[in-house]
Amino acid sequence: MNKTVNQKAWFLVLPVLVLVAFSAVIPLMTVVNYSVQDTFGNNQFFWNGIGWFKDMLEEERMWNALWRQLTFSAIILAIEIPLGIYVALNMPKKGFWASFCLVLMSLPLLIPWNVVGTIWQIFGRVDIGLLGYTLDKLGISYNYTQDIVAAWVTVIVMDVWHWTSLVALLAYAGLQSIPDAYYQAAKIDQASRWKVFRYIELPKMAGVLMIAILLRFMDSFMIYTEPFVVTGGGPGNATTFLSIDLVKMALGQFDLGPAAAFSIMYFLVILLISWVFYTVMTNLDKRDGV
Amino acid sequence: MTDTSIQASAPGQMATSESKVARRRTPKIKGSAVVMGLYLLFLLLPIYWLINMSLKTNTEILGTFSLFPRDLTLANYVKILTDESWYIGYINSLIYVVMNTVISLVVALPAAYAFSRYSFMGDKHLFFWLLTNRMAPPAVFALPFFQLYSSVGLFDTHIAVALAHCLFNVPLAVWILEGFMRGVPKEIDETAYLDGYSFPRFFIRIFTPLIASGIGVAAFFCFMFSWVELLLSRTLTTVDAKPIAAIMTRTQGAAGIDWGVLAAAGVLTIVPGALVIYFVRNYIAKGFALGRV
Repeated sequence: MNKTVNQKAWFLVLPVLVLVAFSAVIPLMTVVNYSVQDTFGNNQFFWNGIGWFKDMLEEERMWNALWRQLTFSAIILAIEIPLGIYVALNMPKKGFWASFCLVLMSLPLLIPWNVVGTIWQIFGRVDIGLLGYTLDKLGISYNYTQDIVAAWVTVIVMDVWHWTSLVALLAYAGLQSIPDAYYQAAKIDQASRWKVFRYIELPKMAGVLMIAILLRFMDSFMIYTEPFVVTGGGPGNATTFLSIDLVKMALGQFDLGPAAAFSIMYFLVILLISWVFYTVMTNLDKRDGV
Repeated sequence: MTDTSIQASAPGQMATSESKVARRRTPKIKGSAVVMGLYLLFLLLPIYWLINMSLKTNTEILGTFSLFPRDLTLANYVKILTDESWYIGYINSLIYVVMNTVISLVVALPAAYAFSRYSFMGDKHLFFWLLTNRMAPPAVFALPFFQLYSSVGLFDTHIAVALAHCLFNVPLAVWILEGFMRGVPKEIDETAYLDGYSFPRFFIRIFTPLIASGIGVAAFFCFMFSWVELLLSRTLTTVDAKPIAAIMTRTQGAAGIDWGVLAAAGVLTIVPGALVIYFVRNYIAKGFALGRV
């Protein structure tokens, strides 16, 4: 659509700007402020330059958390995106049963995140949980509070449970937009199921899949509540992701300077990766628009 | 579950494979129904287990392992619904979620209109900058928010949580609404102005009804993300505006965890979400694509 040039449109954006300035810019400046200062208590601050940033970059703890975080996000994306597409391809197309599946699939998305943690905490317990009890009876040793592998598997399965529906619903929305004529044309050409997927369905889903990848990446990179409730970051530090580590540092130990420097670098990493996704996405939009 | 979904997917599948011969059609229908059945089973099992536990007494939970409650009890629910220190949490949560949804929509509507209709200096940068707020980890903002809202005297109020959640909900609402507004032809605006409508009157009387489904979807998402968030709402409240999700942690008493009450409280947090989903079920798929399909 051709847009009119109109500088007065700024007035329409103004309320958003004021609100976001209050709820994002001011707090962010506080963080920046802390990251370049040091204190001996008593509210006396002095300039520390990039000292905290240097410290944090040398700190092994942050790098470990970052690697754990990247591994986690990569595994999550590698499981949820294909599984979500697969589920979407198998969903009923219309009628009562389509709504039925939609409602049930959306259910995990609307459960408060700590309740999601609680559900899996209970579900995985060997004494009272269905999953833990069954695995125990089958002779598989499973204890997510002691065993690193079990803790990771629990956290990943929980995230798959929680968020695969989001990917599936997005992919489903993409599939719904494909006109029947495309399928009929493919049928006339006697295209195989795989070719229909590869050359019709996948390109049509590309736009929404980018949104899915972007949302899943951002949210898995910021994950805090669910693993915190289930494993508390343990055993040891095995499931301490970036946010958990950050909250420990800022609110637990009250190390404001290092925590602030950590925050800023954390934010920048997310921004950088998201910017790449966003650029790819808008380019796709443009290509489709022509 | 599996039986019903076999019939469920039958009509949809047939529509896409009409010309396939019947003997090939049958196994295919079963295949997709089995996949959906298994997936839904995977989704519902943990929730089922939570409901199962909420209907048992603590002795039964810890003493025997059973798939169904042997002596069904509603005591856990009664405890939550009659004790004010429990149910006030649900009221607190609902108050700030509704406040947040209203604020987000009111400021996002004009902004989304501006982004969808006009180009102005710095619009693309502004749009991306808005989105970056959706990418900000709440953990980064927890401490600064605490200090900011304490210093302006809003600490432990509903409005503080509502405003804090605007951080990620306003950008999302702008993003969704902009997608829906792009789908409305510009000629409608121009005709209305020619007919002598002023901007506010046009916006409220003509434009808003046209994107009603978009507003519904945006409201759904604001509700959802505000309802499920805990880190910020817990940091910003102590007593008066404490959300239910934070109150739940107090089931861990000296005598161990009160599993029955914990499970019942969990089940009750699922109910508002389930109701909202039911009302918007026909728009969900489109909404998840943020109006961009």
